[in-house]
Amino acid sequence: MASLDDLKKRISSVKSTQKITKAMKMVAAAKLRRAQESAEKGRPYSDKMNNIILNLSGGISDIENAPKLLSGTGEDKIHLCVVMTSDRGLCGGFNTNIIKKAKLYFQKILDEGKTLKIITVGTKGYDQLKRVYGDKIIERISFKESKNVNYFDAEKVGNIVIEKFEKKEFDVCVIFYNQFKNVITQIPQEQQIIPLKTINEETNSSDDNYEFEPEEDEILSNLLPKNISTQIFKAMLENSASEQGSRMSAMDNATRNAGEMVDKLTIEYNRSRQAAITKELIEIISGAESL
Amino acid sequence: MSEEYSLEIVNPEKSFLSKDDVTEVVVPAFEGEIGILKDHISIISFLKPGIIKIFSKSGEDSYYVNDGIIEFKNNNLSILTSLILDLKDIDKEKILEIKKSAEKELNKSEINDQEKYLLDQKIEVLKSIN
Repeated sequence: MASLDDLKKRISSVKSTQKITKAMKMVAAAKLRRAQESAEKGRPYSDKMNNIILNLSGGISDIENAPKLLSGTGEDKIHLCVVMTSDRGLCGGFNTNIIKKAKLYFQKILDEGKTLKIITVGTKGYDQLKRVYGDKIIERISFKESKNVNYFDAEKVGNIVIEKFEKKEFDVCVIFYNQFKNVITQIPQEQQIIPLKTINEETNSSDDNYEFEPEEDEILSNLLPKNISTQIFKAMLENSASEQGSRMSAMDNATRNAGEMVDKLTIEYNRSRQAAITKELIEIISGAESL
Repeated sequence: MSEEYSLEIVNPEKSFLSKDDVTEVVVPAFEGEIGILKDHISIISFLKPGIIKIFSKSGEDSYYVNDGIIEFKNNNLSILTSLILDLKDIDKEKILEIKKSAEKELNKSEINDQEKYLLDQKIEVLKSIN
């Protein structure tokens, strides 16, 4: 059994760890509210953008000449995966879940004999992927300096993707991120952004005729790059809300576990103290008896 | 019959403005200004840098936009833009900053005609604000 002093030290160190996790939980909770708010506020923009593109692409008559960003290159050989993770750790399964999802997809791509290229956004994703897929990572981006998620960062990522597409470096682009459902649940998502998957169920655009100014294809070719940035921005917002939510629940668990540990250690401490006292008493009594 | 329709302006961060009593909106479309009244035909168009003028029952408002897309459908006008500034409480320094970066951009050699046209427009509009 550990000595009384050792137990005392352990109790105090667990207590100070608990203090830290508690503080982190509070901070995450405060940040979560803000992140959640901006994720919700950002939704109308991306929804509207999607709507307009749906309406536009529904009206396109000449599929052959449709912009490449919409219809794809016609091939399916090189896949570019944008894996979006956080820059900081201690957020439970947040990063691991994205990576797990991404790795499944990577394996599928490689099994089919296709080429894989990876862009990591956020340092944690790079750390987890570099060991196995290090040679596949062509770019790593991190926004450690920017405090809040902002559109310009998303635009930067979007521009890199578009530039690579125009150089014909890949055929299909998929982004991975966590969708924020609630504090406890975040759902890892894979979303294909190039070529754009239009959801055909919702196209009821056949009966409304739009007037376009300038021409349809010109609008589309201007709009599609913007849409990519918008989708990435949406993913970033969802991600940051998910990160804080995940961290909050992870830190909540950690605080509770630390509490349990302190209780256990305190009982052990009291028991061994009592045992020491009893032992001393027995020694005194048996000493007195022998006289 | 009422002459009003609804307008929503959104930027990536949030829904910027939403109004139900708009009578006319003048937007700087790519090929010239368009005024949109009620029951206009469904239209999708691009914006160039310029001023959006909104006429409503409660008065007249103007905003500066950097770029954008408008969609008008069933008497709902949506404007999507990445940067929008209210002309009433405009930040002079911000305007200067945007103007400077536009001028810098204009001096670059690898620039096509369309970009040049847009940047010229932008500088022109910004000058008129200041």
